[in-house]
Amino acid sequence: MPAELRQQGYSEAQLRLVSEKVPCREAQAAALLALFGEPDHYSFPSIFIYGHRAMGKSHVTLTLLRELQMPHVVVSCVECVSPGLLFEQVLGSLFDSSAVTLSRSPSLSDFVRLYRQLCAEDSAKHTRYIVLDRAEVLRDMSANLLPGFLRLQELVEDNVTVILLSEIVWDKFRPSTGCFEPLQLHFPDYSKAELQQILAQDSHPSYSAELYTFYINILLGVFYSVCKDLRELRHLAALNFPKFCEPLEKGEAEESDTHKLWRNIEPHLKKAMQTVYLREVSSFQWEEQLKQDGETQSLRGLSAYAHVELPYYSKFLLIAAYLASYNPARTDRRFFVKHHGKIRKTTFLKKHEKTSNHLLGPKPFPLDRLLAIFYSVVDSRVAPTASIFSQISSLVTLQLLTQVGHDDQLDNPKYKCTVSLDFIRAIARTVGFDILRYLYDFL
Amino acid sequence: MATSSVSKGCFVFKPTSKKRKTLSAEDYFTDGSENPENSRLRFQLFQSQWQDMKEEVQMVHDDLNKKILDSLLEFIGKSVASFQSRAVGWESRMRASEIPTAALVLGVNVPDHDVTFQSLSDLLRESVSPFVASVQAKECGALQHLMKKVMQQLMGGGVALDEDDAEEQSGYQISDLPRKGFNCSLGILCDWYQNLNKKSCIKSPGKKRSSSGSDFPKKPPLVVIFKDLEAFCPQVLQDFIVICSQYIQQLPLVFVFGIATSPSTIQRMLPHSVSSLLCIELFQSLSCTQHLATVIDKLALFEHFFGQPLSVLCCEEEEALAQVRQFSHEDVEKILQLPSIMRYVEKQEPQEQVKLLTSDDHVKVVTQNLLKDLCSYHRNFYPILRCLHLLTSSLPKFPLGKQIRELHVLCLENNVWESEEYESAMQLLRMLAKDELVAALQKCVEVLQPGMTKKLKEVVHQLKDIIAKLKMLDQLSDETISCEGEQESSSGKSLQKTDLFHLQKTLMEMRETRRNKAKTPYEVLRNHTVDYLDSLVKMHLLPPESQPLYEVFYYSSSATVRRHLNATPRTSIQTALSHPHYYLQSEALKSEGGTISKAAPDICIIYKLHLECGRLINLYDWLQAYFTVTAADGQDPDSAEGHVDEMKHARFIRAVSELEFLGFIKSTKQKTDHVARLTWGGCQT
Repeated sequence: MPAELRQQGYSEAQLRLVSEKVPCREAQAAALLALFGEPDHYSFPSIFIYGHRAMGKSHVTLTLLRELQMPHVVVSCVECVSPGLLFEQVLGSLFDSSAVTLSRSPSLSDFVRLYRQLCAEDSAKHTRYIVLDRAEVLRDMSANLLPGFLRLQELVEDNVTVILLSEIVWDKFRPSTGCFEPLQLHFPDYSKAELQQILAQDSHPSYSAELYTFYINILLGVFYSVCKDLRELRHLAALNFPKFCEPLEKGEAEESDTHKLWRNIEPHLKKAMQTVYLREVSSFQWEEQLKQDGETQSLRGLSAYAHVELPYYSKFLLIAAYLASYNPARTDRRFFVKHHGKIRKTTFLKKHEKTSNHLLGPKPFPLDRLLAIFYSVVDSRVAPTASIFSQISSLVTLQLLTQVGHDDQLDNPKYKCTVSLDFIRAIARTVGFDILRYLYDFL
Repeated sequence: MATSSVSKGCFVFKPTSKKRKTLSAEDYFTDGSENPENSRLRFQLFQSQWQDMKEEVQMVHDDLNKKILDSLLEFIGKSVASFQSRAVGWESRMRASEIPTAALVLGVNVPDHDVTFQSLSDLLRESVSPFVASVQAKECGALQHLMKKVMQQLMGGGVALDEDDAEEQSGYQISDLPRKGFNCSLGILCDWYQNLNKKSCIKSPGKKRSSSGSDFPKKPPLVVIFKDLEAFCPQVLQDFIVICSQYIQQLPLVFVFGIATSPSTIQRMLPHSVSSLLCIELFQSLSCTQHLATVIDKLALFEHFFGQPLSVLCCEEEEALAQVRQFSHEDVEKILQLPSIMRYVEKQEPQEQVKLLTSDDHVKVVTQNLLKDLCSYHRNFYPILRCLHLLTSSLPKFPLGKQIRELHVLCLENNVWESEEYESAMQLLRMLAKDELVAALQKCVEVLQPGMTKKLKEVVHQLKDIIAKLKMLDQLSDETISCEGEQESSSGKSLQKTDLFHLQKTLMEMRETRRNKAKTPYEVLRNHTVDYLDSLVKMHLLPPESQPLYEVFYYSSSATVRRHLNATPRTSIQTALSHPHYYLQSEALKSEGGTISKAAPDICIIYKLHLECGRLINLYDWLQAYFTVTAADGQDPDSAEGHVDEMKHARFIRAVSELEFLGFIKSTKQKTDHVARLTWGGCQT
């Protein structure tokens, strides 16, 4: 045990319970508790806790607050689409919710005023804690919100501490105008041994703890190099455990027959890394497949369905859009006019055009240019009918083209082509069009 | 038949307004000089055919949707079950709670999706859960709007469901409906949902988990349908999913993503941290090419009945024969004017020709015979077409197309056996292995079995014969193998002990002998079979144009249909502006050459003048040109400048703004007294 939880004002039993619930995070819990101090002591006005996903930030904080029965409120900032919602949730759970009447779109000062008003009736005996999860969202809300919360203690003159939880470091938060610096607490990544210890805790009731620990070892051996997310690992462990136990169920192997068990599960885990972990295949489907044990029929992942069926002219429109996006406009004459004369690439180039257009990304082009290229690449004569124009807007809806700028539609609209080279080559192949011959980068 | 060329690139809009149009269309049919009785009949025929087609299309459509909707329902049902079994057992405790998500790939035909989603949400409301919300990207630019939309639909649905409860609950629900905007949060939804469940629990005695007698499962899922996933702002979607995943323990949410392009869009839009919150299952809808073809046939039908007076005959055989007997003299004339009949007449003997041209009765008899022929031609044509398709669709590289409609088009347009593709297909057929050939032939027999005519019976008989012979070969094959074995061994001997030159020579000889070698019985039979098939094709798959009287059944002016299907707004506007006499139907406006008529509407004059300008148009010059044109009639434009000017100036400005409204010009910031052309202005200079 690196650090024991010690704090006056709480019973030994309570503290022991807490420390059992936060395996491998005793040090952080102790530090946090030390910052909190005794129940009625003023704590530091704001604490900033950061660390990667699923590193126990919220878990430790909430366990402390809950188990030691401190008055607190937890708000997820993503959920609060407006500051009003945030204020309402904070006040509603710290005080009698019926008394909370905020104006239609309250400002921070409305919030502070109401807080003080409510606080005067019901002042804090113990420190109140406001936990703001995913605090990075606060940066996008009104500019005074974050600085305001950081020094809320001072503003409302109450025994209150704001705890910010985030996956991002504090440096990315600091507003340019400066603010009260919170106390920072970092939750480091779990080591492999720690992950193992935590994962091994939830062993299956009908199998021995040793077997499960062994299973977790195999699992970590496969996944640790790509994934340190406890939540994901636990999910994967649960998904694959029945398969691991299959030889035991069938009586083909003993619990001690570790090598056999390992040989049985390892290929499945490797496959899981390529499919379930990337969410190519849903967990449901994975389980079904494990049950059926169909080695031959393999599920096709989501990305296997990259093929898009498009109408005939839409394909040409997309090809034209791609050419317009990646070729400099000055080269159109070279590609699409029959007797263009010889233009050598080197003399013809401007300096900035020497870099590959594919590295720079698609450039916007006007509708007229798109249609001009379209008419020269499409092999038959096409009238500019409504169906052609509606196909352009269909392509925009499908996000294969994007409209650039939001000028009115009568104005010559500009588009960008957002598809990849591979995609357009596949499309071009279906209509028998050799697109590489028309791309300036590939000359 | 306009199916192939049109279907290449257009979207299907279900012609819902068509029906209305046909009702008033009866008047159209009756115009002209022809017999009103006939036209009425034609209209009735058209209507009954239309009705049949419509029903058929509807059936195809329903069928297409049914499969996918059923599997979706099953998926949602399954996820409901898993919600209910949650918190039971080790596994479900361990597993990360994912939101069940159905990725529904519907294809790029976006206008079609609404119908599908409508029927999907109706079905869901009927059988799974009353709580269905469907959202569109354009309504949900920001997270607030998305939340509001979802909650309004979900909670509104609840009110609509149990009307009898509505009164006791109304105080709670109406005050809670997210009207005010800022208190939309899933927390409220969560409270509402739990309240709802509690209420229904009190009503039905028993434990919370036991299923009550109601139609819906105990905890009906909340289904959120994202109609057009591609168009959603990724950030909004991500936030929404993250929020929902925080409530998934309390709220049985199910998502349906409507995807138009490909499922990889999901991975493009959502990072792993978000997509790991979802349990995505894929549902791919079938292609609707068949549907498309049928719908376009329908449109051709309308035009056909409209344009061709003789289409009265386009009905069942017996009715048609009866019709012919009642033909008047004019009708007979019309028949004789048909190009195919003229061709037919020319081929006949001279006295027969005279007879045809003079005697109405004789024409009627001949017509009846021809009609009968045409009908039997049809009955043979389609089965043989299917056979040919069966045989060729499995060949490598698909020389005659993958889809039967491709082959169909080929057969309708030309003599199919004259095409190169057909040649290569036949050559490939001559190389088929035996079991493949037998299987294909057997399938052909199956296709030909129902609805047999005399000729087809014979064909079936022949084919069966061939199959039997092929099977007989199995017994013979042993002998041939032994024969070949001897040959091999003898040639093997001669290969021994020779130098390189000799070896080459013997090899050449061997190749020669192999070429000349008598074919195996199988090869002989195969050639025979393919020849027979070839003859079948040549006999039955004649293009319809070669048949006399084909105009009665076939409609070939695809251009007209195409014009009806593909509106050309830009061309129409340009025609209207440059040739106003087409639309105003006034001869006075007709102008020859490039001159501009003074009498034309102002906007036409303005339009013609602007065609002569470059990208930027000087307004003052334009105005002067306009004055000149309008004052052209010998009058000196400078003389009456004072009062006429005002009036014309106003007309000019009005015309210019009309042109701007039509999208031909726009004001520009480059020069204050100039406007910019928007249509090919830069290209003409």
